[in-house]
Amino acid sequence: MAMTMQGEVDLPASREVVWQKLNDPEVLKACIPGCQSLEKTSDTSFEAVAKVKVGPVSASFKGKVNLSDLDPPNGYRISGEGEGGVAGFAKGGANVRLSDNDDGGTRLAYDVEAQIGGKLAQLGGRLVNGVAKNLADKFFVSFAKATTEG
Amino acid sequence: MSVAQIGQSVRRTEDQRFVTGKGRYVDDIGRPGQAHAFFLRSPHAHARIRRIDLHEAQHAPGVVAVLTGDDLAADKIGGLICGWMIHSKDGSPMKAGPHPALAQGKVRYVGDHVAVVIAETLAEAKDAAEKIVVDYEVLPAAVDPAKTQAKGAAQVHDEAPNNTVFNWHLGDKAATDAAFAKASHVTTIDLVNNRLVANAMEPRAAVGDYDSGTDNFTLYTTSQNPHVARLVLSAFIGIAPENKLRVIAPDVGGGFGSKIFIYAEETVCVWAAKKVGRPVKWVAERTEEFLASAHGRDHVTKAELATDAAGKILGLRVHTKANLGAYLSTFSSSVPTYLYAPLLSGQYDIPAIYAEVDGVYTNTAPVDAYRGAGRPEATFVVERLMEVTARQIGMDPAAFRQRNFVRSFPHQTPVIMCYDIGDYNASLKKALELADYKGLGRRKRESARKGLLRGLGFSAYIEACGIAPSAAVGSLGAGVGLWESAEVRVNPVGTVEILTGSHAHGQGHETTFAQLVSARLGIPMEQVSIIHGDTDKVQMGMGTYGSRSGAVGMSAIVKALDKVEAKAKKVAAYCLEASESDIEFKDGRFTVKGTDKGLSFGEVALQAYVAHKFDGQELEPGLKEGAFYDPKNFTFPSGVHIAEVEIDPETGVTRVDRWTAVDDFGVLINPLIVEGQVHGGIAQGIGQAMMEGAVYDQSGQLVTASYMDYRMPRAEDFPLYQIATTSTPCPSNPLGIKGCGEAGAIASPPALINAITDALGHEDIAMPATPQAVWKAAQKTVHKLAAE
Repeated sequence: MAMTMQGEVDLPASREVVWQKLNDPEVLKACIPGCQSLEKTSDTSFEAVAKVKVGPVSASFKGKVNLSDLDPPNGYRISGEGEGGVAGFAKGGANVRLSDNDDGGTRLAYDVEAQIGGKLAQLGGRLVNGVAKNLADKFFVSFAKATTEG
Repeated sequence: MSVAQIGQSVRRTEDQRFVTGKGRYVDDIGRPGQAHAFFLRSPHAHARIRRIDLHEAQHAPGVVAVLTGDDLAADKIGGLICGWMIHSKDGSPMKAGPHPALAQGKVRYVGDHVAVVIAETLAEAKDAAEKIVVDYEVLPAAVDPAKTQAKGAAQVHDEAPNNTVFNWHLGDKAATDAAFAKASHVTTIDLVNNRLVANAMEPRAAVGDYDSGTDNFTLYTTSQNPHVARLVLSAFIGIAPENKLRVIAPDVGGGFGSKIFIYAEETVCVWAAKKVGRPVKWVAERTEEFLASAHGRDHVTKAELATDAAGKILGLRVHTKANLGAYLSTFSSSVPTYLYAPLLSGQYDIPAIYAEVDGVYTNTAPVDAYRGAGRPEATFVVERLMEVTARQIGMDPAAFRQRNFVRSFPHQTPVIMCYDIGDYNASLKKALELADYKGLGRRKRESARKGLLRGLGFSAYIEACGIAPSAAVGSLGAGVGLWESAEVRVNPVGTVEILTGSHAHGQGHETTFAQLVSARLGIPMEQVSIIHGDTDKVQMGMGTYGSRSGAVGMSAIVKALDKVEAKAKKVAAYCLEASESDIEFKDGRFTVKGTDKGLSFGEVALQAYVAHKFDGQELEPGLKEGAFYDPKNFTFPSGVHIAEVEIDPETGVTRVDRWTAVDDFGVLINPLIVEGQVHGGIAQGIGQAMMEGAVYDQSGQLVTASYMDYRMPRAEDFPLYQIATTSTPCPSNPLGIKGCGEAGAIASPPALINAITDALGHEDIAMPATPQAVWKAAQKTVHKLAAE
């Protein structure tokens, strides 16, 4: 089942700072909802484990995350795929673009496309889309906070 | 309770236990030491399995065993079978890929069975399944039946190039093409018969049990035909010889076709019971029913009807692509072929018919029989063509049908069937009256004043039931005969047990069959027990589907009752010291002609068992007879349904305002049960036409896998039906009955779509006509009306 999601968030930090945080595994790990581990396997790839709950389905996703189209400090593409066992699978990516705001902050625009399958898809679009939006919101709330710290 | 009569609306005796929670279903069965099975299913529509790591799962708490396709292969357990051979028009046999009960090397649809975890509790089985690591190589999927044969489409099975299982045809192509060449009008329509999920109230379930002392297997399963299950599991899959395998289908909560088939889960449970040395139980979750019970319908069709200037049909031509899913289910190949094309003549005298059907593989769940099985698809084609043609040539749709009705019988169609009897115009006339067809104009104007669109649609259906003469189906490729068996056991005090090969899963056999026996033997209904669904009790039977249990199952009972009566007369003759030819049997008493000497049925039964009054060498003691009944012909129920709808073009909400059904089922045993069957059938047909639809996305994910996304009909969706019957008794069986179980589901979808398109003023809408689809279509209507 295909899903798409677009959005923008205004972050109270400079573009350089936002870019650096976007590439910091510790920050990503702290911000990704349910992320249990995020291990760097090369400069642009990670192994990740995240626990996700969608309605009645709760699953641990193991997968790979890759960064590509790196354009510091303007943006990149983050993509990945994970298997959640009985819960199914998810794969997809997001294009992330950064631009300066008038107030010295940064605008982050994201454009996500994802494929989900198995039990997750069987839950139906309405439930899954709602959860996906919620996860994205949670990520950016945490990420905005992270950009103002250290 | 007293002696029942044929034609009496006796209330269903089994309902007392069903509605008070006392039914005994497979899930109510627990065997000592029973373990629980959970199936790990493929999340991918199409993938190669590179490796399965079971280690962690095998060592998880409570796990008894984790089994895969390799274990099945090691035990030489065969794959699931399709029991109906279809030959393509070039004469080649259908091309079927293997169908292992647990995947071997590849998964081919979302929900395909990868492994089974057997554990002490279901929760432990599920937790352990989380620990199985499957390394998939995901492959592109072929999903759309209209595109699956195209070059470059993903190949579901290597054995079936271009995903084509068969390219089959029926009828005379040259004669049909010639008919079209001389037509004054040709109607062409493109139709999709939407894919459905059966949604029986009780999900599938199985308990496999093995007795190591006797080497006997028992499978408790939700089956419509336990003997067919035993035959397939024994002779083809190789679980155990028939004498070592008992299949029990206890109370079953609805089937609608989906429980005819022999599935992976049931097979695995009975096999694993021996392998792990424990009874193994599995009960489908609702989502598993959506994913892995056979779906229904799913045809893409181009259909044409040729007429002359006087509105007489000259020919009909059809090309259908039938989606069979990723594997061939038990009877899947017969549904879009011999259960479909032979019904394309409808109620009409059509000189030439040609049908071509491509049976195709896709990466979707297997598709097989669902209430009506092929006949709803044929009726949808014929009755949409009739309505659209009438509109295009400017004839009243009722008059156009009348113009073309078959009027003399027997009538040989160009597509196999020989209709034995019917009076199609009688049903139409009665339906027109009950539906107040004359008042339609007034009702349309009234609706228009409220800003609503009203429409009326017909469906004059015919179906072939009472399947079927064994020789006929054998010649068409069936691997089995379709007779039925019955055994009548009269007990010494005159109570009676009827053992039948039919299987009730909602039809009310315990009432109808007992009613027949009561009427025939003149004994109260409560003295009659109906026993079915156990291969250790009933020797052999073919089960219940295709509206066959009345026409075939009850005919077998009649045949056995004839033998019981003949034997009882002999006993009575000895006891009454009269000649056998002077014994009469009436109202439950055996009397000597012209005298007041007589014995009740119970007294004769007792004499048969005590055997004091006759020489046991001359006449065998006891009173028990069996019969096998093989029908001479199909039966041909027919009728006319008229739907009337009112559409709100602002919202797309379609209200079914009136529904008239006039059916000819021949002789009715129990009109109350018949009416119930018609109600249920119409409900399912309205569900198909307006609500239901199983949808896979392009990647092969089932996106309608729960009642969140798959809309089932509810009581509030229906009007009060106007139901009536006409009757031309069936000449081919002793009771004159034709079968009524599927009629409603066969008749109703075209009636409804014909009504909706009448209201819309154009034909551009597909099933399911959901509010969204109707709203879109109504915008076109509104623009059209504005332009006028």
